[in-house]
Amino acid sequence: MISQENPSIWQDQLYDSLRRHDITLFSYVPDAGHAIIINRSLNDPNATSVPLTTEEEGVALLAGAHLGDQRGVLLMQSSGVGNCINMLSLIAIGRFPFVTVISMRGDFGEQNPWQFPMGQGTQPCLEAMGTRCYRVETSSEVAPAVDAATGMAYRSDQSVAILLSQRLIGAKKF
Amino acid sequence: MLQRRALVASLLEHRPANMVVVSSLGNPTWDVASVGDHELNFNFIGAMGQAGPFALGLAMAKPDKRIVLFAGDGELLMSLGVLATIANQAPANLAVVALDNESYVETGNQPTATAGPTDLEAVARACGFVQTRSVVEEVPLDDIRDMVWGGEGPLFVNIKIVAETLPLVFPYSFDGATAMNRFRGAVNDSKMG
Repeated sequence: MISQENPSIWQDQLYDSLRRHDITLFSYVPDAGHAIIINRSLNDPNATSVPLTTEEEGVALLAGAHLGDQRGVLLMQSSGVGNCINMLSLIAIGRFPFVTVISMRGDFGEQNPWQFPMGQGTQPCLEAMGTRCYRVETSSEVAPAVDAATGMAYRSDQSVAILLSQRLIGAKKF
Repeated sequence: MLQRRALVASLLEHRPANMVVVSSLGNPTWDVASVGDHELNFNFIGAMGQAGPFALGLAMAKPDKRIVLFAGDGELLMSLGVLATIANQAPANLAVVALDNESYVETGNQPTATAGPTDLEAVARACGFVQTRSVVEEVPLDDIRDMVWGGEGPLFVNIKIVAETLPLVFPYSFDGATAMNRFRGAVNDSKMG
Protein backbone atom coordinates (compact mmCIF):
# COMPACT_ATOMS: atom_id res chain seq x y z
CA MET A 1 0.00 0.00 0.00
CA ILE A 2 1.42 3.35 -1.08
CA SER A 3 -0.33 5.23 1.69
CA GLN A 4 -0.69 8.99 1.61
CA GLU A 5 -2.34 9.61 4.99
CA ASN A 6 -2.71 7.70 8.24
CA PRO A 7 -5.94 5.75 7.68
CA SER A 8 -6.67 5.22 11.36
CA ILE A 9 -7.09 8.98 11.78
CA TRP A 10 -9.26 9.90 8.82
CA GLN A 11 -11.36 6.71 8.91
CA ASP A 12 -12.17 7.30 12.57
CA GLN A 13 -13.08 10.88 11.73
CA LEU A 14 -15.29 9.65 8.92
CA TYR A 15 -17.10 7.19 11.19
CA ASP A 16 -17.55 9.75 13.96
CA SER A 17 -18.90 12.30 11.48
CA LEU A 18 -21.44 9.86 10.07
CA ARG A 19 -22.61 8.89 13.57
CA ARG A 20 -22.87 12.56 14.56
CA HIS A 21 -25.42 12.92 11.77
CA ASP A 22 -27.51 10.06 13.20
CA ILE A 23 -26.41 7.53 10.61
CA THR A 24 -26.85 4.14 12.28
CA LEU A 25 -27.17 1.69 9.36
CA PHE A 26 -23.84 0.80 7.74
CA SER A 27 -24.19 -1.33 4.60
CA TYR A 28 -21.25 -2.42 2.48
CA VAL A 29 -19.39 -4.69 0.17
CA PRO A 30 -16.05 -4.42 1.97
CA ASP A 31 -13.02 -2.57 0.72
CA ALA A 32 -9.72 -2.06 2.48
CA GLY A 33 -10.34 1.69 2.37
CA HIS A 34 -13.39 1.18 4.60
CA ALA A 35 -12.00 -1.47 6.96
CA ILE A 36 -11.83 0.69 10.07
CA ILE A 37 -15.29 2.16 9.50
CA ILE A 38 -16.80 -1.31 9.01
CA ASN A 39 -15.12 -2.66 12.13
CA ARG A 40 -16.35 0.27 14.17
CA SER A 41 -19.91 -0.34 12.95
CA LEU A 42 -19.61 -4.00 13.95
CA ASN A 43 -18.51 -2.99 17.46
CA ASP A 44 -20.96 -0.12 17.93
CA PRO A 45 -23.99 -1.22 20.00
CA ASN A 46 -26.01 1.67 18.58
CA ALA A 47 -25.27 0.89 14.93
CA THR A 48 -26.32 -1.88 12.57
CA SER A 49 -23.79 -3.40 10.21
CA VAL A 50 -25.13 -5.07 7.05
CA PRO A 51 -22.84 -6.95 4.66
CA LEU A 52 -24.31 -7.07 1.15
CA THR A 53 -23.87 -9.62 -1.62
CA THR A 54 -23.79 -6.82 -4.20
CA GLU A 55 -23.72 -3.07 -3.85
CA GLU A 56 -27.14 -2.40 -5.39
CA GLU A 57 -28.74 -4.09 -2.40
CA GLY A 58 -27.47 -1.21 -0.29
CA VAL A 59 -29.26 1.34 -2.46
CA ALA A 60 -32.63 -0.37 -1.92
CA LEU A 61 -31.89 -1.18 1.73
CA LEU A 62 -31.26 2.48 2.57
CA ALA A 63 -34.42 3.55 0.73
CA GLY A 64 -36.49 1.12 2.79
CA ALA A 65 -34.78 2.20 6.00
CA HIS A 66 -35.56 5.83 5.20
CA LEU A 67 -39.24 4.95 5.00
CA GLY A 68 -38.84 3.60 8.51
CA ASP A 69 -37.10 6.84 9.55
CA GLN A 70 -33.63 5.34 9.92
CA ARG A 71 -30.51 6.86 8.35
CA GLY A 72 -27.81 4.83 6.68
CA VAL A 73 -24.83 4.91 4.39
CA LEU A 74 -23.56 2.65 1.60
CA LEU A 75 -19.82 1.97 1.72
CA MET A 76 -18.29 0.58 -1.46
CA GLN A 77 -15.36 0.57 -3.80
CA SER A 78 -15.72 2.44 -7.09
CA SER A 79 -15.98 -0.89 -8.94
CA GLY A 80 -19.29 -1.44 -7.11
CA VAL A 81 -20.83 1.70 -8.55
CA GLY A 82 -21.42 -0.13 -11.80
CA ASN A 83 -23.57 -2.63 -9.94
CA CYS A 84 -25.84 0.14 -8.63
CA ILE A 85 -26.83 2.05 -11.73
CA ASN A 86 -30.39 0.88 -12.36
CA MET A 87 -31.19 0.87 -8.65
CA LEU A 88 -30.31 4.56 -8.47
CA SER A 89 -33.50 5.10 -10.47
CA LEU A 90 -35.35 4.18 -7.25
CA ILE A 91 -33.51 6.99 -5.44
CA ALA A 92 -34.22 9.44 -8.26
CA ILE A 93 -37.91 8.66 -8.78
CA GLY A 94 -38.67 8.63 -5.06
CA ARG A 95 -36.41 11.62 -4.28
CA PHE A 96 -34.94 9.52 -1.50
CA PRO A 97 -32.06 10.99 0.51
CA PHE A 98 -29.00 8.89 -0.26
CA VAL A 99 -25.40 9.00 1.00
CA THR A 100 -22.65 6.74 -0.26
CA VAL A 101 -18.94 6.82 0.57
CA ILE A 102 -16.85 5.38 -2.25
CA SER A 103 -13.20 4.40 -2.06
CA MET A 104 -11.69 5.03 -5.47
CA ARG A 105 -9.75 2.60 -7.62
CA GLY A 106 -8.34 3.30 -11.08
CA ASP A 107 -7.29 6.62 -9.69
CA PHE A 108 -4.07 8.38 -8.61
CA GLY A 109 -1.26 5.83 -8.50
CA GLU A 110 -3.35 2.75 -9.43
CA GLN A 111 -1.18 -0.35 -10.00
CA ASN A 112 -3.87 -2.71 -11.38
CA PRO A 113 -4.96 -2.00 -14.95
CA TRP A 114 -8.25 -3.89 -14.48
CA GLN A 115 -9.37 -1.12 -12.12
CA PHE A 116 -9.07 1.75 -14.59
CA PRO A 117 -12.24 1.35 -16.69
CA MET A 118 -14.74 1.46 -13.82
CA GLY A 119 -12.58 3.91 -11.91
CA GLN A 120 -12.78 6.31 -14.83
CA GLY A 121 -16.50 5.64 -15.23
CA THR A 122 -17.48 6.06 -11.60
CA GLN A 123 -18.25 9.76 -11.48
CA PRO A 124 -19.86 10.02 -14.96
CA CYS A 125 -22.13 7.03 -14.20
CA LEU A 126 -23.21 8.42 -10.84
CA GLU A 127 -23.86 11.86 -12.28
CA ALA A 128 -25.82 10.39 -15.18
CA MET A 129 -28.17 8.87 -12.59
CA GLY A 130 -28.58 12.11 -10.67
CA THR A 131 -26.08 11.58 -7.86
CA ARG A 132 -23.88 14.53 -6.89
CA CYS A 133 -20.22 13.66 -6.45
CA TYR A 134 -17.67 15.32 -4.21
CA ARG A 135 -14.03 14.22 -4.23
CA VAL A 136 -11.99 14.15 -1.06
CA GLU A 137 -8.22 14.37 -1.54
CA THR A 138 -6.92 15.01 2.01
CA SER A 139 -7.91 13.94 5.51
CA SER A 140 -8.85 17.50 6.48
CA GLU A 141 -11.67 17.37 3.91
CA VAL A 142 -13.29 14.19 5.26
CA ALA A 143 -15.46 15.53 8.07
CA PRO A 144 -16.63 18.62 6.15
CA ALA A 145 -17.60 16.35 3.24
CA VAL A 146 -19.77 14.24 5.54
CA ASP A 147 -21.38 17.39 6.98
CA ALA A 148 -22.14 18.61 3.46
CA ALA A 149 -23.39 15.28 2.13
CA THR A 150 -25.72 14.47 5.03
CA GLY A 151 -27.12 18.00 5.01
CA MET A 152 -27.82 17.85 1.30
CA ALA A 153 -29.35 14.39 1.58
CA TYR A 154 -31.52 14.76 4.65
CA ARG A 155 -32.50 18.41 4.37
CA SER A 156 -32.73 18.64 0.58
CA ASP A 157 -33.55 15.08 -0.53
CA GLN A 158 -30.40 14.77 -2.62
CA SER A 159 -28.39 11.74 -3.68
CA VAL A 160 -24.76 12.37 -2.76
CA ALA A 161 -21.52 10.41 -3.21
CA ILE A 162 -18.28 11.16 -1.40
CA LEU A 163 -15.40 9.88 -3.53
CA LEU A 164 -12.31 9.09 -1.47
CA SER A 165 -9.33 9.68 -3.76
CA GLN A 166 -6.39 7.35 -3.91
CA ARG A 167 -4.32 10.38 -2.87
CA LEU A 168 -6.08 9.94 0.49
CA ILE A 169 -6.41 6.17 0.76
CA GLY A 170 -3.26 5.18 -1.09
CA ALA A 171 -2.91 2.84 -4.05
CA LYS A 172 -2.83 -0.93 -3.55
CA LYS A 173 -0.17 -2.93 -5.37
CA PHE A 174 -2.79 -5.02 -7.21
CA MET B 1 -52.04 -24.08 -8.78
CA LEU B 2 -53.65 -21.05 -7.17
CA GLN B 3 -55.17 -18.00 -8.82
CA ARG B 4 -52.93 -15.07 -7.91
CA ARG B 5 -55.57 -12.38 -7.39
CA ALA B 6 -57.70 -14.54 -5.09
CA LEU B 7 -54.60 -15.54 -3.15
CA VAL B 8 -53.33 -11.98 -2.68
CA ALA B 9 -56.81 -10.78 -1.75
CA SER B 10 -57.08 -13.47 0.92
CA LEU B 11 -53.77 -12.26 2.40
CA LEU B 12 -54.70 -8.57 2.38
CA GLU B 13 -58.40 -8.36 3.22
CA HIS B 14 -58.96 -7.52 6.91
CA ARG B 15 -55.20 -7.46 7.36
CA PRO B 16 -53.68 -6.72 10.78
CA ALA B 17 -53.32 -3.03 11.58
CA ASN B 18 -49.54 -3.24 11.87
CA MET B 19 -49.07 -4.99 8.50
CA VAL B 20 -47.01 -3.14 5.91
CA VAL B 21 -46.87 -4.39 2.32
CA VAL B 22 -44.12 -4.07 -0.29
CA SER B 23 -44.66 -5.42 -3.80
CA SER B 24 -42.12 -5.97 -6.54
CA LEU B 25 -42.29 -4.67 -10.08
CA GLY B 26 -45.08 -5.82 -12.33
CA ASN B 27 -47.79 -8.30 -11.52
CA PRO B 28 -47.26 -8.38 -7.73
CA THR B 29 -47.87 -4.62 -7.69
CA TRP B 30 -51.02 -4.94 -9.86
CA ASP B 31 -52.21 -7.81 -7.62
CA VAL B 32 -51.80 -5.77 -4.43
CA ALA B 33 -53.47 -2.75 -6.03
CA SER B 34 -56.38 -4.93 -7.15
CA VAL B 35 -57.34 -5.48 -3.50
CA GLY B 36 -57.70 -1.72 -2.98
CA ASP B 37 -55.60 1.27 -2.04
CA HIS B 38 -53.89 1.27 1.37
CA GLU B 39 -51.50 3.86 2.74
CA LEU B 40 -49.28 1.13 4.21
CA ASN B 41 -48.53 -0.31 0.76
CA PHE B 42 -45.33 0.54 -1.14
CA ASN B 43 -45.42 -0.69 -4.72
CA PHE B 44 -42.42 -0.96 -7.02
CA ILE B 45 -43.11 -0.05 -10.65
CA GLY B 46 -39.45 -0.33 -11.66
CA ALA B 47 -36.05 -1.01 -10.06
CA MET B 48 -36.37 -4.76 -10.64
CA GLY B 49 -34.50 -7.16 -8.40
CA GLN B 50 -34.14 -5.25 -5.15
CA ALA B 51 -37.57 -5.09 -3.52
CA GLY B 52 -36.15 -7.57 -1.00
CA PRO B 53 -33.43 -5.33 0.48
CA PHE B 54 -35.94 -2.47 0.47
CA ALA B 55 -38.31 -4.58 2.59
CA LEU B 56 -35.36 -5.61 4.77
CA GLY B 57 -34.38 -1.99 5.45
CA LEU B 58 -37.96 -1.24 6.39
CA ALA B 59 -38.23 -4.32 8.61
CA MET B 60 -35.03 -3.41 10.46
CA ALA B 61 -36.11 0.20 10.95
CA LYS B 62 -39.63 -0.77 12.06
CA PRO B 63 -39.43 -3.89 14.23
CA ASP B 64 -42.97 -3.23 15.55
CA LYS B 65 -44.46 -3.59 12.06
CA ARG B 66 -45.15 -6.79 10.15
CA ILE B 67 -43.52 -6.42 6.73
CA VAL B 68 -44.88 -8.61 3.93
CA LEU B 69 -43.12 -8.62 0.57
CA PHE B 70 -44.88 -9.94 -2.53
CA ALA B 71 -42.31 -10.75 -5.20
CA GLY B 72 -42.41 -12.54 -8.53
CA ASP B 73 -40.13 -15.38 -9.54
CA GLY B 74 -38.42 -13.16 -12.13
CA GLU B 75 -37.72 -10.52 -9.49
CA LEU B 76 -36.20 -13.05 -7.09
CA LEU B 77 -34.18 -14.87 -9.74
CA MET B 78 -32.58 -11.60 -10.80
CA SER B 79 -30.85 -11.28 -7.41
CA LEU B 80 -30.75 -14.54 -5.47
CA GLY B 81 -28.08 -13.04 -3.19
CA VAL B 82 -30.83 -10.89 -1.69
CA LEU B 83 -32.14 -13.98 0.12
CA ALA B 84 -28.75 -14.48 1.79
CA THR B 85 -28.59 -10.84 2.84
CA ILE B 86 -32.08 -11.03 4.38
CA ALA B 87 -31.48 -14.32 6.18
CA ASN B 88 -28.16 -13.05 7.53
CA GLN B 89 -29.95 -10.14 9.23
CA ALA B 90 -32.80 -12.46 10.32
CA PRO B 91 -35.63 -9.95 10.74
CA ALA B 92 -38.34 -11.77 12.74
CA ASN B 93 -41.00 -9.41 11.34
CA LEU B 94 -40.43 -10.07 7.61
CA ALA B 95 -42.39 -12.50 5.44
CA VAL B 96 -41.57 -13.03 1.76
CA VAL B 97 -44.38 -14.33 -0.45
CA ALA B 98 -43.05 -15.53 -3.80
CA LEU B 99 -45.71 -15.51 -6.50
CA ASP B 100 -44.15 -18.11 -8.78
CA ASN B 101 -45.81 -18.53 -12.16
CA GLU B 102 -42.62 -19.90 -13.73
CA SER B 103 -42.66 -17.27 -16.43
CA TYR B 104 -42.21 -13.66 -17.45
CA VAL B 105 -45.90 -13.16 -18.22
CA GLU B 106 -45.69 -9.43 -18.93
CA THR B 107 -43.21 -9.87 -21.75
CA GLY B 108 -44.88 -12.81 -23.46
CA ASN B 109 -44.74 -15.84 -21.17
CA GLN B 110 -41.09 -16.74 -21.56
CA PRO B 111 -40.24 -19.50 -19.04
CA THR B 112 -38.02 -18.68 -16.06
CA ALA B 113 -35.59 -21.02 -14.31
CA THR B 114 -38.36 -22.07 -11.89
CA ALA B 115 -40.07 -23.72 -14.87
CA GLY B 116 -36.86 -25.74 -15.01
CA PRO B 117 -34.80 -27.05 -12.11
CA THR B 118 -34.70 -24.06 -9.77
CA ASP B 119 -36.63 -24.23 -6.50
CA LEU B 120 -36.89 -20.86 -4.77
CA GLU B 121 -38.02 -22.34 -1.46
CA ALA B 122 -34.89 -24.52 -1.41
CA VAL B 123 -32.76 -21.45 -2.13
CA ALA B 124 -34.38 -19.54 0.73
CA ARG B 125 -33.96 -22.50 3.09
CA ALA B 126 -30.31 -22.90 2.14
CA CYS B 127 -29.76 -19.18 2.70
CA GLY B 128 -31.05 -19.57 6.26
CA PHE B 129 -34.67 -18.39 6.34
CA VAL B 130 -36.06 -19.74 9.62
CA GLN B 131 -39.31 -20.97 8.05
CA THR B 132 -39.97 -21.90 4.45
CA ARG B 133 -42.86 -23.55 2.67
CA SER B 134 -43.88 -24.46 -0.85
CA VAL B 135 -47.48 -24.42 -1.95
CA VAL B 136 -47.99 -26.24 -5.23
CA GLU B 137 -51.64 -27.27 -5.08
CA GLU B 138 -54.89 -25.86 -3.78
CA VAL B 139 -54.69 -25.62 0.01
CA PRO B 140 -56.88 -23.81 2.53
CA LEU B 141 -55.92 -20.16 2.23
CA ASP B 142 -56.29 -19.79 6.01
CA ASP B 143 -53.13 -21.85 6.47
CA ILE B 144 -51.06 -19.56 4.28
CA ARG B 145 -52.60 -16.46 5.82
CA ASP B 146 -51.76 -17.51 9.38
CA MET B 147 -48.14 -18.05 8.41
CA VAL B 148 -47.77 -14.82 6.45
CA TRP B 149 -49.51 -12.69 9.07
CA GLY B 150 -47.97 -14.16 12.18
CA GLY B 151 -45.26 -16.75 11.58
CA GLU B 152 -41.78 -16.09 12.93
CA GLY B 153 -39.55 -14.58 10.30
CA PRO B 154 -37.67 -14.30 8.25
CA LEU B 155 -40.05 -16.65 6.50
CA PHE B 156 -40.45 -17.52 2.84
CA VAL B 157 -43.50 -19.01 1.14
CA ASN B 158 -43.18 -20.04 -2.47
CA ILE B 159 -46.59 -20.30 -4.06
CA LYS B 160 -47.04 -21.77 -7.50
CA ILE B 161 -49.68 -19.72 -9.29
CA VAL B 162 -51.37 -19.90 -12.67
CA ALA B 163 -49.52 -18.01 -15.41
CA GLU B 164 -52.28 -15.70 -16.59
CA THR B 165 -52.56 -12.25 -18.13
CA LEU B 166 -54.90 -10.14 -16.05
CA PRO B 167 -56.16 -6.56 -16.27
CA LEU B 168 -53.58 -4.08 -14.95
CA VAL B 169 -54.63 -2.35 -11.74
CA PHE B 170 -52.46 0.66 -10.95
CA PRO B 171 -51.44 1.71 -7.43
CA TYR B 172 -51.95 5.08 -5.73
CA SER B 173 -49.40 7.03 -7.73
CA PHE B 174 -46.81 6.42 -10.43
CA ASP B 175 -44.85 9.33 -9.01
CA GLY B 176 -42.32 7.79 -6.65
CA ALA B 177 -41.94 10.83 -4.42
CA THR B 178 -45.71 11.15 -3.97
CA ALA B 179 -46.05 7.47 -3.08
CA MET B 180 -42.96 7.56 -0.87
CA ASN B 181 -44.07 10.56 1.16
CA ARG B 182 -47.56 9.22 1.82
CA PHE B 183 -46.20 5.84 2.83
CA ARG B 184 -43.46 7.31 5.04
CA GLY B 185 -45.98 9.48 6.86
CA ALA B 186 -48.29 6.53 7.43
CA VAL B 187 -45.57 4.18 8.66
CA ASN B 188 -44.08 6.64 11.11
CA ASP B 189 -47.13 8.56 12.34
CA SER B 190 -49.68 5.84 12.24
CA LYS B 191 -51.34 4.96 15.53
CA MET B 192 -52.11 1.52 14.13
CA GLY B 193 -48.89 -0.16 15.18
